[in-house]
Amino acid sequence: MSATSHASRARTRRNGGESASPVRRRPRLDNVAYLYLIPAFAFYGIFMLRPIAESIWISFFDWDGITESVWTGWDNYAAVINNPLIWEALLHSLVFIVFYALLPSVLALIFVAVISRIRVYGLTFFRAVLFIPYVLSTVVVAVAWRWIYDINGPLNNFLDAIGLGFLTRAWIGDFTTALPSVGLIGTWIMFGLGFVLFMAGAQKIPFDLYEAARLDGAGAVREFFAVTLPGLRGEISVALVLMITAALRNFDIVWNTTSGGPGTSTTVPSYYVYQGAFMTRDVGGASALAVLLTIIILAAVGLTMYLLKEKEPRQRTQLRRRARKEGSA
Amino acid sequence: MKQKRSEQIIGHVILIVGALLALYPFVSILLLSLTPSAKGGATAATSVTFENYLTAWTRGSFDSALISSAIVALAVVVGAGAVSILGGYALATMKFRGKWLLAGILIVGLVVPYEGLIIPLYYQLEGMGLLNTYWALILPQIATSISLGVFWMRTFFMSVPASLLEAARVDGASRFGALMKIYLPIAWPAVGTLSVLIFLFTWNEFLMPLVLVSQNPDVQTAPLSLSFFAGSQRTTDPAVTAAAAVIVALPILIVYVFLQRRFISGIVAGAVKE
Repeated sequence: MSATSHASRARTRRNGGESASPVRRRPRLDNVAYLYLIPAFAFYGIFMLRPIAESIWISFFDWDGITESVWTGWDNYAAVINNPLIWEALLHSLVFIVFYALLPSVLALIFVAVISRIRVYGLTFFRAVLFIPYVLSTVVVAVAWRWIYDINGPLNNFLDAIGLGFLTRAWIGDFTTALPSVGLIGTWIMFGLGFVLFMAGAQKIPFDLYEAARLDGAGAVREFFAVTLPGLRGEISVALVLMITAALRNFDIVWNTTSGGPGTSTTVPSYYVYQGAFMTRDVGGASALAVLLTIIILAAVGLTMYLLKEKEPRQRTQLRRRARKEGSA
Repeated sequence: MKQKRSEQIIGHVILIVGALLALYPFVSILLLSLTPSAKGGATAATSVTFENYLTAWTRGSFDSALISSAIVALAVVVGAGAVSILGGYALATMKFRGKWLLAGILIVGLVVPYEGLIIPLYYQLEGMGLLNTYWALILPQIATSISLGVFWMRTFFMSVPASLLEAARVDGASRFGALMKIYLPIAWPAVGTLSVLIFLFTWNEFLMPLVLVSQNPDVQTAPLSLSFFAGSQRTTDPAVTAAAAVIVALPILIVYVFLQRRFISGIVAGAVKE
């Protein structure tokens, strides 16, 4: 979530601390610090680092979870890569990225663009309401949307009522509409997150930038692209990281709406991880897929952060100021 | 700033439409849950009934599921909170060898998906004899909350003026004494927001309960119970499933109504804090 930020702060602090102090002193080391960190690393090591390492280890074995495991080298990875079903699932993940990240971000940006130009009455209320989808348990969300998409549900009733009855169908049971229908649930969930983050960011944009833009005769659209959008770069990067991660590891919504169906039309990699590990007992193969999925997610996060790295002067002066402050302290 | 009246109106209309869309799915299952015998579904409700709630409550044993969720979430909040305060304090105020390495290792936990560790975790907990117990949820979820928690507390503790700590040290306070007497008392708002976030993430987690406690109905959390209930009740009344979903959603919604400011500011700060 705040990985870049902490890394950049770390860098600043180190540079500032060393270059600014005229006398190079050996810092006094507080070895008691390890004592304070032991509980955190005990939990973290036993229940996160160890299982992560073990996932990699297991992925090189043919194992059903019960009988003796057999070393197979890269065979599990080869099987994953040669499995067309996995590629289909990955393709679905890409579609989910459009619905989970791109669409809600664009919608939220439009909302923020419109609202940042006016005085809004009841903004706190709207913000709280728009954020509710992100707060609810995904299982509740899935149950609600399954009803909306139901053959007798509100969506079909609505289409009937406005004379579009020929469009009605079991939306998540239909091969052509299942994937986008499930995707739209993601858009509904993530919109609130984008809106809240972008609103917070927009409120930090200095007002004189808007005044300057208006003096230059910028209209609403120019103003948005010249002032609002660049000012939100950091928030956009964070929102995209959270949304893309959610899209790539989407399991809850798929599991609780379509279970991957109809056929394999809404399957996702994490669904095959669960199925392989706990239903068909191909634990080694499922681990290989889990490792690949983890690598894909880490790469996507890294790429997003790299592409949207902050380069604006505002941010740089801020960093420099902080570095100076910490150097003198 | 001068604004055009039309812009004002359009802006508010957009917001109202957005708010209605955000609420609609929840409102629609609320209405469905109050509809008597909704088997036809399309028929408009003529009267209101709470019978579906009674049916869902007795068939789905949601009382036990809600209690399980509360036990797990509270235990994770307390455990992860305490551990994060200690770790964040060390990272914020102490100099020691390997500090950046340890911090870097912790950062990984912010982005690693649970899919990447759930399979060995299952066998590990099975080996410890903890599968299908509360511990199978509490211990790993403390671990997955620690990255956020430690950095959250570190950021807050770093904002505390170093002179405060020095003064306390001069007065003879120990490291731990300074944490308890100086840092913690001013950190309560930060700890509160962190607790709200961890509580929510833990309460809503689905994959871990599905894998780690699905065999023991007494330990199943509310989302898991709802998932099983909705899955097995496909043939029965959708109104009863809707009632079950409302039962599971309500506690979180109530918490949210009271703490939404804290929650939203937490997400914003946790995500964007540079």
